[in-house]
Amino acid sequence: MRIIFQIAVAAFLSLAVSFSAHAAELRDLVNSLGEGGYKDTEAQIAAIAATGDPAAAPVLEAFEAGAVYVRKSDGLVFITEKVGRTFKLIDPLTGEIVEEDVASGAIEKVRVNNRLRRAVRSALGALTLMSPDATTRREAAAATFQSADPDSIELIETALAAEKDVAIAKLLREARAAAVLKSDRPDEEKVEAVTVIAERGDRDSLSLLLPLTAIEGPIGTSAASAVSTINSQLALWDGAQNVWYGISLGSVLLLAAIGLAITFGVMGVINMAHGEMVMLGAYTTFVVQELIRNNAPWMFDSSLFIAVPLAFLVAGAVGVAIERGIIRFLYGRPLETLLATWGISLMLQQAVRTIFGPTNRQVGTPSWMSGYFDIGLVQITYNRLAIVIFSLIVFFLLMVVLKRTPFGLKMRAVTQNRPMASAMGIRTPWVDALTFGLGSGIAGMAGVALSQIDNVSPNLGQSYIIDSFMVVVFGGVGNLWGTLVGALTLGIANKFLEPYAGAVLGKILVLVFIILFIQKRPRGLFALRGRAVEA
Amino acid sequence: MIATFIRNGIDRSWVLVVAILLATAVIVPVLNLYTAASNPLHVPDYAVPLVGKYLSFALLALSVGLIWGFCGILSLGHGAFFALGGYAMGMYLMRQIGSRGVYGDPVLPDFMVFLNWPELPVAWYGFQYFPYAMLMVVLVPGALAFVFGWFAFRSRVTGVYLSIITQAMTFALMLGFFRNNLGFGGNNGLTDFKDILGFNIQAPETRAALFAASAVALALAYMMCKAIIASRFGKVLIAIRDAESRARFLGYRVENYKLVVWTLSACMAGIAGALYVPQVGIINPGEFEPANSIELVVWVAVGGRSLLVGPIVGAIVVNFAKTWFTTGALAPYWLFALGGLFIAVTLFLPKGIVGTLAEGWSALSQRRASASAESGIAPSNRDGPPGGRLSPEAAE
Amino acid sequence: MNVETETLLYLDGVTVSFDGFRALNELSLVIEAGEMRAIIGPNGAGKTTMMDVVTGRTRPDAGSVVFDGDVDLTRLDEATIAELGIGRKFQKPTVFDQHSVWDNLELALAGRRRPLRALFRAEGPKERARIEELLGIIRLGDQRQRLAGSLSHGQKQWLEIGMLLAQEPKLMLVDEPAAGMTDSETEATATLLKEIAKEKSVVVVEHDMAFVRALGVKVSVLHEGSVLSEGTIDHVSEDPKVIEVYLGR
Repeated sequence: MRIIFQIAVAAFLSLAVSFSAHAAELRDLVNSLGEGGYKDTEAQIAAIAATGDPAAAPVLEAFEAGAVYVRKSDGLVFITEKVGRTFKLIDPLTGEIVEEDVASGAIEKVRVNNRLRRAVRSALGALTLMSPDATTRREAAAATFQSADPDSIELIETALAAEKDVAIAKLLREARAAAVLKSDRPDEEKVEAVTVIAERGDRDSLSLLLPLTAIEGPIGTSAASAVSTINSQLALWDGAQNVWYGISLGSVLLLAAIGLAITFGVMGVINMAHGEMVMLGAYTTFVVQELIRNNAPWMFDSSLFIAVPLAFLVAGAVGVAIERGIIRFLYGRPLETLLATWGISLMLQQAVRTIFGPTNRQVGTPSWMSGYFDIGLVQITYNRLAIVIFSLIVFFLLMVVLKRTPFGLKMRAVTQNRPMASAMGIRTPWVDALTFGLGSGIAGMAGVALSQIDNVSPNLGQSYIIDSFMVVVFGGVGNLWGTLVGALTLGIANKFLEPYAGAVLGKILVLVFIILFIQKRPRGLFALRGRAVEA
Repeated sequence: MIATFIRNGIDRSWVLVVAILLATAVIVPVLNLYTAASNPLHVPDYAVPLVGKYLSFALLALSVGLIWGFCGILSLGHGAFFALGGYAMGMYLMRQIGSRGVYGDPVLPDFMVFLNWPELPVAWYGFQYFPYAMLMVVLVPGALAFVFGWFAFRSRVTGVYLSIITQAMTFALMLGFFRNNLGFGGNNGLTDFKDILGFNIQAPETRAALFAASAVALALAYMMCKAIIASRFGKVLIAIRDAESRARFLGYRVENYKLVVWTLSACMAGIAGALYVPQVGIINPGEFEPANSIELVVWVAVGGRSLLVGPIVGAIVVNFAKTWFTTGALAPYWLFALGGLFIAVTLFLPKGIVGTLAEGWSALSQRRASASAESGIAPSNRDGPPGGRLSPEAAE
Repeated sequence: MNVETETLLYLDGVTVSFDGFRALNELSLVIEAGEMRAIIGPNGAGKTTMMDVVTGRTRPDAGSVVFDGDVDLTRLDEATIAELGIGRKFQKPTVFDQHSVWDNLELALAGRRRPLRALFRAEGPKERARIEELLGIIRLGDQRQRLAGSLSHGQKQWLEIGMLLAQEPKLMLVDEPAAGMTDSETEATATLLKEIAKEKSVVVVEHDMAFVRALGVKVSVLHEGSVLSEGTIDHVSEDPKVIEVYLGR
């Protein structure tokens, strides 16, 4: 205990002085480890700790592990690594390999016992807990919380007293409380510690508190109530995480389905090749990235900005071609259109399979979309966030196009009354072709987004086509809001069922639900009413 | 129904179809079993189950043609009923393996031993008996169809919405059957069958018998469908197809009619599946794939859905083409060809092969009969109006 | 006297809105048994919507519709209402194009609607006689084997009327029977309807004033979803409200 106190005081003092600690001085101190016996080693460790220099950490860690040796020839101290029967000598401060194949006779171990080990641990803690660098301090505080060593309570308190950063101070308090719980401190202190841990409220807290619930008395009861509070909080956070996953899935469904809603709503055409439009967009992304990888790798981060409009054009062009080439001959025959577009989908899949091969292709994520952040206990990855935002932008752009542009006006006219629109001079064939192109183009953009979270293969379209149909059928035709609500609802419903029923059963339940829902509202959530529609 | 059937005349064409099928049921087995291999008329061993497979597909296509051509219900999920019937037969065949399986368990099929299951699940009880299994072949698809149809038709889901929902149905079943813990073989399915009704399933005689059974089943199903279409029930179906609303306003409970024909069609599909499985030797969840159900619709479209014989012709033609393509050098192009077939048929051959032929025939006979058309009384039901449309059952 | 229970068709305060547009606005109308009534009104007045409500195709948002004294029609669907004895002929002649004239009438014959019965029982001599009779009334005897789709417009209208008769309804709703007909056809249709009205209750919706005059029955004028005026054709055509609506403000 005393030795720890000494070290703590030394460290505290050193805070005022530490910044002038020279590396050379540190080296001398390290080399001094080779001299003298246990008692001297204690003082030497204290001195090293007092420097407050983080460079001293590796040698202290090595010392604790019993890997610090003195070279007999010159008395210099090294960190060693045993390789077979010989040793590698490593510079204690720089980490460089100084000598290899050293026989055990040429070096002498700097001996360590448990008392010294404790001292070293505290010294290490002091080095890091009071390091000038905030990140180091935070990591040290978190590590101390995890280790919850009762011996380090005083050390923590010292660091706490000096800590100015609020977040780190909180961590230190929690670390202290964790250590208290494992110590022999009186019950009132422990109950107080329970409160501190309970406030932290995460899974680590749970694991700390659960064993305590069996103890009789105030500790047990407070731990038990804390545990139940934390559990309900965790459940809420889990729910929130699922909601987030649901929103993410919903945004993907929205992108995939909205093109379908347009072609079905405006033209009454069920496009079974819609999934392949998505697939084409994903492959466009792949091609763009390949070109960039091979020719201009520095442009990788903006690859998606190039891929999105390109995918729109590619898929849109294919869509217009399909409409002009095949679908326009099948108007008024929705079931035939369904079959013909299915044929197109087969051909497109096989074409892509022939050109690119049947296996998955690699599509990378730009750096600005990698990584994640946390809101409370909910983890939000940037790529999914980007997709959610993207899908909302696309949705609102589409609304604007439909409601405020002349083209949108013509599209709506043709939806509501084709012969009348034609009689008024609207060139319905053009509107049809462009509408189909628009719907397909959006699907292409969806493909770009999907390439970031799913495998790119010729079968990509098939995995989304049924879901897209479900969204359109559920949300109702003729209203974009229906698609939005439908997509989000189905996405969230899917993700909520998953933890209880598994992914497959969850999907089955959603499908069954839709089949039953259709019984009540055969035309979907946001159906168009009126005599013309009933027909 | 029988009375109308006979009264509407022993129309030449349906007798022809049935005769051909029954003749095939006899001739092919004979040519396979009782002629020498060197004989030019000999039917090789591999061809028997292959053509038998075509026939079971033809039955499946007929079931779809019945409800699509004559009631306007386009099912994109009939593969599910086919697969369910197939699984029922497969379960019977698995039980027949007994101790001859890899693990030698007299009761539990291999895959259950492999999964460490202690005992046979309840769903498998009774499948060691052929009559029970056959009952299930018809009952399980029928029950599913009944429940599904009850919900769908009552809520007046029609057209493309209904087609999409049938896709969802088969998709959900596929997901379920792929799961190992459902107890039906998981993604490996049921296979390694040894014998059926005591006969070695791979013996030429058994295969010939299965072939004959398929041909006879098809013939019987065809006659049954003809009889249905000729009856008043059939006329109501056609009315529903053309003007569903009007039929309602006449007082017909449209949802009940649809439910009856839909369930019947599902049972037919189940029987087709049961004939299919012993001839190909395996049933796996891939049969539930939505793509399969859509593909079988093109069989019907190619043949022509305005006539009952159309789906039969279409199924045989397309599957023959598939075999021809996929066993030759053109194998990678099969999907192009199939896709192209979908497009070509809908654009250029909307009535299918048989439908177009029948139309041509009808136009010919109309010209011949135009002289007596003055009074407006046509000598038979065969005349079509100048628009070129046919009264479907009359032209058979 | 309780109007609701003693009349054949009783509508009270029926309101139907489509997306904010009021097709029927507190419509109240009463048809007595054995009566023929003509309903007229400008386009959009709600005539066809009224028929939709009565036949169960559209559910009203408010109001009551009572048939034959005690049957609430707002809860029933089309087939049930048809079976109760309300038959309808549509504005656009709706017959079964792919069936012959004979088959169309056979399908419309009263009774035998159940699927299993239809499967196993064929038409008998009584049914055949009835169809012959109908063919005579609608004068399509020599067209009996022709596909209905190939009939002329006027012939289709008559076929549909024949189908309506075949149903043996208590109440016939006839929507624009004279539409698209020549003068002589119109006259013939009026005569036919008057014959029918001797035994059945008929509600005729029409635009053609000459036709309505030829019918010579009580007239109800609909406007913007409710009844504007009722009476003989002379009475309503002199009603200033009606004149305003028809000739504009």
